[in-house]
Amino acid sequence: MPSTVPPEFSVNIDEKKCARCKKCTIECGFGALAYSNEFDCILADDSKCVACLRCVAMCPRRAIRIERSPLTFKHNDNFTDEIRKNIYKQAETGGILLTAMGCDKPYPIIWDHLLIDACQVTNPSIDPLREPMELRTYLGKKPDRLEFDVDENGEIRLKTELAPNVRLDVPIIFGAMSYGAVSYNVQKSLMMAAMQNGTLMNTGEGGLHRDFYKYKDHVIVQCASGRFGVHAEYLNAGAVVEIKIGQGAKPGIGGHLPGEKIDAEVAKTRMIPVGTDALSPAPHHDIYSIEDLSQLIYALKEATEYKKPVSVKVAAVHNIAAICSGIVRAGADIVTIDGFRGGTGAAPRVIRDNVGIPIELALAAVDDRLRQEGIRNQASLVVGGGIRQSADVIKAIALGADAVMIGTAALVALGCRICQKCNTGNCSWGIATQKPHLVSRLDPEVGAQRLTNLLSAWSHEIQEVLGALGINSIESLRGNRERLRGIGLDEKTLEILGIKPAGR
Amino acid sequence: MRSDTKVRRERNPSGCAIMGILNKKGKRIDGTRIIKSIALMHDRSNGLGGGFAAYGIYPRYKDYYAFHVMFDDEKCKTRLEEYLAERFIVERDEKIPTAKVESITKAPLLWRYFVRVDDSKLDDKPEDDYVVEHVMGINSNFDGAFISSSGKNMGGFKGVGYPEDIARFYRLDGYKAYLWTAHGRFPTNTPGWWGGAHPMTLLDWSVVHNGEISSYGINKRYLEMFGYRLELLTDTEVIAYLFDLLVRRHKLPIEVATGALAPPFWKDVDRMPANRKKVYEAIRMAYGSALMNGPFAIIVGFNRGMIGLNDRIKLRPMMAAKKGDFLYISSEEAGIRIIEPEPDEVWAPKAGTPVIGLVEEDVE
Repeated sequence: MPSTVPPEFSVNIDEKKCARCKKCTIECGFGALAYSNEFDCILADDSKCVACLRCVAMCPRRAIRIERSPLTFKHNDNFTDEIRKNIYKQAETGGILLTAMGCDKPYPIIWDHLLIDACQVTNPSIDPLREPMELRTYLGKKPDRLEFDVDENGEIRLKTELAPNVRLDVPIIFGAMSYGAVSYNVQKSLMMAAMQNGTLMNTGEGGLHRDFYKYKDHVIVQCASGRFGVHAEYLNAGAVVEIKIGQGAKPGIGGHLPGEKIDAEVAKTRMIPVGTDALSPAPHHDIYSIEDLSQLIYALKEATEYKKPVSVKVAAVHNIAAICSGIVRAGADIVTIDGFRGGTGAAPRVIRDNVGIPIELALAAVDDRLRQEGIRNQASLVVGGGIRQSADVIKAIALGADAVMIGTAALVALGCRICQKCNTGNCSWGIATQKPHLVSRLDPEVGAQRLTNLLSAWSHEIQEVLGALGINSIESLRGNRERLRGIGLDEKTLEILGIKPAGR
Repeated sequence: MRSDTKVRRERNPSGCAIMGILNKKGKRIDGTRIIKSIALMHDRSNGLGGGFAAYGIYPRYKDYYAFHVMFDDEKCKTRLEEYLAERFIVERDEKIPTAKVESITKAPLLWRYFVRVDDSKLDDKPEDDYVVEHVMGINSNFDGAFISSSGKNMGGFKGVGYPEDIARFYRLDGYKAYLWTAHGRFPTNTPGWWGGAHPMTLLDWSVVHNGEISSYGINKRYLEMFGYRLELLTDTEVIAYLFDLLVRRHKLPIEVATGALAPPFWKDVDRMPANRKKVYEAIRMAYGSALMNGPFAIIVGFNRGMIGLNDRIKLRPMMAAKKGDFLYISSEEAGIRIIEPEPDEVWAPKAGTPVIGLVEEDVE
């Protein structure tokens, strides 16, 4: 059936500027541009353009302009252009609509309704250029109290044996993005940056390529429902083991990596045949209760000789506080919560846009609940799904997170334009693709440097804000909701967030 | 209800003067010297709060909790006495002696109770925890009554006024103590109120404080996990409870507790010998939420001695001196020299480095 969906974008090439070098035709991963011998010009198929802007960035003459298609539907606030296009698409295909990246709907972004305090006369701010400003964080279970004794030399010694913890020099880790969903070079960039910055990257559910075992101290290895690439050596090739139950973009939904993305290396790493779809079911088929989860947590601890913290990752949903309490009581050392703005390689649009809750609310509710139950020390809280800038990191930590994870923001640092077509495997920036000619576009050394720069910039910004707050260690920000105020939030939301309104 | 014994307002940032005198042999001295010292630092206060803690003042009742209570009126007093009678054995009660001082106005009704706990009420709970629970319960929920100190053989005396006037009001020159601390308050954005003056106390812990705790929000939420109720909204209250939690309940050595509240920087921890490094790493990991950030100079009194502590980058002044068996800690060296002109040693304690003075063990 021929498509009647009008193109979303219009590709305009300034013929006077165009040198006919044809670079753009090579750069476009989606095949939207081609050189016409007949007319000696570049012709664009607007319907294939996804506004990834690769051609714009690479055109040596800056001759390309991508615009929203001037073709407009008759205005309707109810049946918007998008709603109508989706109906056309479904009428043509009979299938569910797939999309990639995080929810882009205009729900309120609570981060943008939080304001941070600052010091004035009575409490001096601290200058981070002159004074130490500490961002070091440890993830893992902490004891409620420590015991000490004194040795024969009068020196104090620690009697308490600490559970395994992993050290972060910045409270920002790279969220789960599997090899297969993203390219080898993306994972390599993330690992190198994690190592250079004293933090962690998460393999996602795709296993760990053998080349990357050397980064083991900076890797979170994931055990998801599909068990792709999970074996004893893999589990021990990470600093943290994570059980993935859910992800923010698609709570209650499993994963699906299309066969086109399963090349030989991905197949080997995932331990599946080349070209087969990698389907990870929504449930783990050995977890149908909290007791089952506890068994898997301890099975993984056994497999790693109790030397690594075990994390459980869930999507933020309505009853998240009780769920996380159960997870902590089941033995998790880290609880990772992914908010409904979390990214994805592919998700049913209806799920991504309508299921879940904002991470700000989930985080506040979970931190409160764990404190009420006196078990907050027993696990670290890592949150993600909508962290876009250092201010979001600061606000998340002030609400109670030990650390945050970034996925989309890290990909943007690598060049991603959020064109939301990861699921096609055609990523022109070499990020969400396995096509060798596209993958090679991302140099891991350059990628790692860009990620390092991002972490470095955000760290400096976090330090500046800590200084403005008169605080010189991240621990004093963590859970310090007193230093946040809400603006334009209703009373109930303020209550859930545990903060006062601005002006109080 | 009168508004000055129990004010529910925002947290109280402050400037302030602090002073402490300890005799390590347990020799008791009257209040004259500490009053003279804190009076010298008059300009560090603004008349909206002054107070003293004195240890060893009730030798006859040294085994009884001495509750100093501020009442709005007689009716509140009667109600609280009924409450206390049900939960404690009240050995003696009396009006706290005061003098008429022109500048001290709106003084609440001040009474003290020497109480003990009937073992049958404890249900295996430590006696101190029972007392803490009730003192906090009263201070949180009891309209018109505020317990301003609750330790054994010690007392907190505080109110709205300059410290030297508060001292005259409470006739402190007539008490004898082996440990005195004093405070002159300079609140900058809230009115002074009697309960909000320093020292802040719990059991025999008393804290006088110059500064502001930027980490108040998380320190408060951390303490709440252990059952503390922080209703006064002053950051100094947090300090007293943190000492109670870390030293009394968790039994941390004092130097470990101060290492949790004002820990060394990671750059210094990383250079420590292995054992010490392990200790301080563990302290930061387990007690990160107890870390007190922001500017502070504090003197903490308790029955066994006195602790002076600055924040990690010394944003508030604090000096210390020794002379014979006496240890002095003060906001200003002048505050020490006015009463001890030739000390054996005077020093400016380093940021985050505690000054710990303990009473010798054989002293009664």
